[in-house]
Amino acid sequence: MAQVAAAAIEPVVLPPPTRHRALRRFLRHRLAVFGLVTIVLLVLLSAFGPYLVPYDQLFIDIRNRFAPPFVSAHIFGTDPLGRDHAARLFNAGRISLTVGFLAMMISIVIGTVVGAVAGFYGRWVGAVLMRIVDAILCFPSVFLLLALAAFIKPNVLTITLIIAATSWMEVARVVQNQIRSLRERDFTVAAEMIGASDTAIIFRELLPNVIGPIVVAATLTVARAILMESYISFLGYGIQPPMASWGNMLNNAQQYLTSAPWLAIFPGVMITLAVASFNFVGDGLRDALDDRLDAQ
Amino acid sequence: MGRYLLGRLGQNLVLLWLVSMIGFGVLYLAPGGPLSQFALVPGMSQEDIARIAAQMGLDRPLPVQYWEWFTRLLTGDWGRSYRDSQPVLHVIGSHLWATLELMIAAILIAVLLGGWIGVMGAIRRYSFFDYLATIGAMVALSIPTFWFGLVTIYIFSVKLGWLPPGNRYTVGDGSFWNYLHHLIAPALVLALVEVAIWSRYMRAAMLDVINQDFVRTARAKGLPERQILFRHALRNALIPMITLAGLQMPTLLGGALVTETVFTWPGMGRLFLDSLGYRDYPVVMGILMFTAVMVLLGNLLADLLCAVADPRIRLD
Repeated sequence: MAQVAAAAIEPVVLPPPTRHRALRRFLRHRLAVFGLVTIVLLVLLSAFGPYLVPYDQLFIDIRNRFAPPFVSAHIFGTDPLGRDHAARLFNAGRISLTVGFLAMMISIVIGTVVGAVAGFYGRWVGAVLMRIVDAILCFPSVFLLLALAAFIKPNVLTITLIIAATSWMEVARVVQNQIRSLRERDFTVAAEMIGASDTAIIFRELLPNVIGPIVVAATLTVARAILMESYISFLGYGIQPPMASWGNMLNNAQQYLTSAPWLAIFPGVMITLAVASFNFVGDGLRDALDDRLDAQ
Repeated sequence: MGRYLLGRLGQNLVLLWLVSMIGFGVLYLAPGGPLSQFALVPGMSQEDIARIAAQMGLDRPLPVQYWEWFTRLLTGDWGRSYRDSQPVLHVIGSHLWATLELMIAAILIAVLLGGWIGVMGAIRRYSFFDYLATIGAMVALSIPTFWFGLVTIYIFSVKLGWLPPGNRYTVGDGSFWNYLHHLIAPALVLALVEVAIWSRYMRAAMLDVINQDFVRTARAKGLPERQILFRHALRNALIPMITLAGLQMPTLLGGALVTETVFTWPGMGRLFLDSLGYRDYPVVMGILMFTAVMVLLGNLLADLLCAVADPRIRLD
């Protein structure tokens, strides 16, 4: 009760918003909106882009190698095998975004389950689960990812799985923290007293209250997963050619940096755009879902 | 303090033990385990492989193998490289300094540049500069490190010709300036993410302190604003930054791996990738464990330094 009252009073106590504060809100909002629009555009471009380009992404045209961008029908130029760069870029978007979304969904499920169990059962189970989370976080994720990637047959599914396997820990921490504090609240105790089962309490009472932080974590996890895919694909352990991903398109771009810099520029811009957009949206969501922000 | 130290050490040892179990698990995930490299040798029969397995003790139960591996790890015997039979710790040691050099340079840049941006952002909160820094930090965190490296090489090495495109020094010229010249680009690339993180945390820490009573008291005493900000506020705002420094180890190590690849820097990250290519599991496992220990030590050290720097933190 006290918290509800405090929240109701606070905006009145605060000084009226200044011009800058309004600007900040506006700008923050704008960035999130920009991010959302960019994500939609990238998804549309990846979904329909390959049909708009008159070339197949795997069609090798040796007479048209290294065609520069914006001069011929190859709008983004061609690569060392004369394949259309635009077609490859859009197809790569399909792969990179799919890996990003899928890895996010898997790691959210794992993270939420581990976090909820650890938060709900506190004491022993919780302590053991969270120490395991701490232990996995001791490994720098790029190292761990590469070590795992070396042991598997790389394809879209396995790459997604190992990225998810190294991305769920933050989610688990967030959920565990929230559940642990919610567990002591009256409504949980009430549900326990009615005789609701543990699973019912976790799924009906507790988790709906954690949706906000989970959604924020999910958005940031997509950004991280896309970034991680690009890292391991760039290093040669991720998505394998001839299938294109934004990361592996950069794989041998370095040796053509002097003669064909566009090969390095376009995929990098796409990765940065996608990752930044998800980060912007995540940040915007965090602010939008945080009631305390008004009190600052 | 002593008791706290023991407690923290105990916690870290438990973590280290868990880390070693995960590490061992990863090693045994490998198809064929440590034996897979021998299976590739032409003319190798099943009997030969079984004999090698017995010689290496791989035919014993898993817990026994783990225990032997773990106790050896503790005594400093991390196995030998499949590639050249050098002791793993020796191989890591010979690549460690190059990575540390890169990481220290990046941290220095991050502390100075990121710290400055953060303090300025906090002092001129919601100014144009502050917004620019906020957006800049978010974009910087979204740029893939390796791509930023490629862009840096393109601009400063290919187009302008100011900086070397890679390597740690020019062969035949081992002067300090030559090393420094080679260090600039990779250090900046590795620092990008760190500067972004540092500026955000510095800004938050500074804002926290600025609103506290002792700063108001200093203002009430009529001290010059400069002195308040830098003598009173900044000194206190720097304390949480020590913790942050300790937490940056995984990010730094991961970034170093990628940066080293792009700039052909002879560090631990490159060694890791090369060893993966050779299927040199002892070295791969060694580096994985080594980085985890570095991360643990970083956290522990940061906590201790924090307690030393801030008398308000009582460690017990």
